[in-house]
Amino acid sequence: MAVETGQSVAPAAGGDARGRGRGTGEKSGKAPGPLRRALATHWYAWAMVAPVVTVIAVIIGYPLLRGVWLSLTNADESNVARTIGVNEIEATYEFTGLENYTEILTDGVFWDRLGWTVVWTVGCVSVTFLAGLVLAVMLNRKLRGRALYRIAIILPWGIPAFVSVFAWKMLFNEKNGILNKVLSGGGIDGVPWLGDPTWAKISVIAVNVWLGVPFMLVALLGALQAIPGELLEAAEVDGANAWQRFRNVTLPGIRSVSSTVVLLSTIWTFNMFPVIYLLTRGGPGDSTEILVTYAYRLSFLNSPRDFATSAAWGVLILLLLMAFAVVYRRSLRKQGEVW
Amino acid sequence: MKTTRTTTKSTTGTTTPDPTTTAPAPSVPAPPAEAGRPRRVRGRGERGPLASVGLHAGLLLAAVVAVFPPFWLLVTSFKPKTETFTTALVKNFTLENYDHVLNDTYFLTWFWNSVVVVVVTTVLGVFISATTGYAVSRFRFPGMRPLMWTLLITQMFPMAILIVPLYNLMAQLRLLNQPVGLIITYLTIAVPFCAWMMKGFFDTIPVSIDESGRVDGLNPFGTFWRLILPLAKPGLAVTGFYSFVTAWAEVAYASAFMTGEENLTLAGGLQTFVNQYVGDWGSMTAAAVIIAVPAAIVFGIAQRHLVAGLTSGAVKS
Repeated sequence: MAVETGQSVAPAAGGDARGRGRGTGEKSGKAPGPLRRALATHWYAWAMVAPVVTVIAVIIGYPLLRGVWLSLTNADESNVARTIGVNEIEATYEFTGLENYTEILTDGVFWDRLGWTVVWTVGCVSVTFLAGLVLAVMLNRKLRGRALYRIAIILPWGIPAFVSVFAWKMLFNEKNGILNKVLSGGGIDGVPWLGDPTWAKISVIAVNVWLGVPFMLVALLGALQAIPGELLEAAEVDGANAWQRFRNVTLPGIRSVSSTVVLLSTIWTFNMFPVIYLLTRGGPGDSTEILVTYAYRLSFLNSPRDFATSAAWGVLILLLLMAFAVVYRRSLRKQGEVW
Repeated sequence: MKTTRTTTKSTTGTTTPDPTTTAPAPSVPAPPAEAGRPRRVRGRGERGPLASVGLHAGLLLAAVVAVFPPFWLLVTSFKPKTETFTTALVKNFTLENYDHVLNDTYFLTWFWNSVVVVVVTTVLGVFISATTGYAVSRFRFPGMRPLMWTLLITQMFPMAILIVPLYNLMAQLRLLNQPVGLIITYLTIAVPFCAWMMKGFFDTIPVSIDESGRVDGLNPFGTFWRLILPLAKPGLAVTGFYSFVTAWAEVAYASAFMTGEENLTLAGGLQTFVNQYVGDWGSMTAAAVIIAVPAAIVFGIAQRHLVAGLTSGAVKS
């Protein structure tokens, strides 16, 4: 890419370059100051990114800074600025330094939630990836009805997640849901899908896997189809058996796509709000509460709303994710991936 | 010799090759005569009947698991309320659930709220981010790497970090319960995402097109507007569709920022049918079907492009 774009940069020098011969493209002569020169060269690019930079600064950057600030205060429902009727009440919360953070980090709740969030993320991503890979390999074979299978299996992707979650909630209904009715028809006692901490954890993971497999499948199928057939043929001629071909040709062939989808789906799962919020509300107790749903609960479900602590949770979640992305990226680099 | 793959499973000589295979079966050499009856050596890409059965069984199982929950939603929506939880397929077909949802609840208001919020978000998001995607794809300029990182990091923002400050801001600006407030909020998701994805699409358009534009005397804006944008239309459509889908299915902000029955979006509205206090499963299923069926159909049409877009945008970063 760098080579191609290198060529586009030169004409971007604008008036300067156009005035002189296009072939040379070398700026010489006037020798303007470094800033003016940079402005002349990159003027177009900066103008083009300006809208996004502005929008991000105003609606993400500013709230982000405010969130960090809130996390250093004792803001809650009772002391933020608000309007009751015609009365404007000024904010009275105070700066408390890192108190929120020390409180969170020394309290067991955060570590409990973090532990379950990690189990949830690793569980969901690994099962989703494996299922997606197996199905992609199967669908990559020539077989009758392939298009039909494909459409059926990616159907869950086409339905808004909150709708699917309600469908599952109905299936999981403890007394009357069809899952338990089928089980009791087979002489097995009904399972308290969402009522028992362990089963609830299994259930939310199952639903999230169900939601996530289609994306994995489609991405991996695309990657599989991009592997040149000759490579596999050559390996076969060399006497590699099916497993060896899979390990040494197919897996390396889909590596860049896999590492991307694993990263994406890890981040999505870590932040997956609707599944847990709508299926169990974090319950029973707080057994299925992950970090994001807990932060949400602090500021929107609990009473009084604890804005400061919730913001501090948010900051911690962000730091965790960024650390993860850095480590992940580094490990990819070590393997020679340019991501 | 390409046909070295023999199996010990003996198959009869009359096995019909899988008609869908295009493997070079005819080039298979004469079957070895070691066994009493002729044994066909399987060519590359062919498989035994057992493997075929396994393959179909596995895929069939996956397909059933994938389709059953939405299917059951559909079935249940046609049952009278008293039979919601029967295991039978529809016995007494009725549309009363739909009638109730459409006429006696705020469903249509929620639907309209969702449409307004999501369409405006999508159009604005695509509009704002198009030039950035192009610039990031084509130019190397100071500040580009930080920008790319910002775009990437904001995509992994948990809503937990922004939701509290945004909520307080919206409260101060009196934009809670207003579609405008939700649109602004959704732009925080849509803009970085659209810019990132469009970079991927612009990367797939050959730079030689830009160069020919320059030769014809267009400046970068002209090149972008007259040459690249028309070529990138499918990419814009896919990006727009993605941000549409994301915003359509958003739950956290919608539940927190919109309260009062007539202000909800679909994600919030559906929750009012089934929560810890009420369990109106009949209405829930009917509403869910009305939300899901159009989405699934549109998705079915667009899905081929979606995947290419997402992976090309992400992989070639």
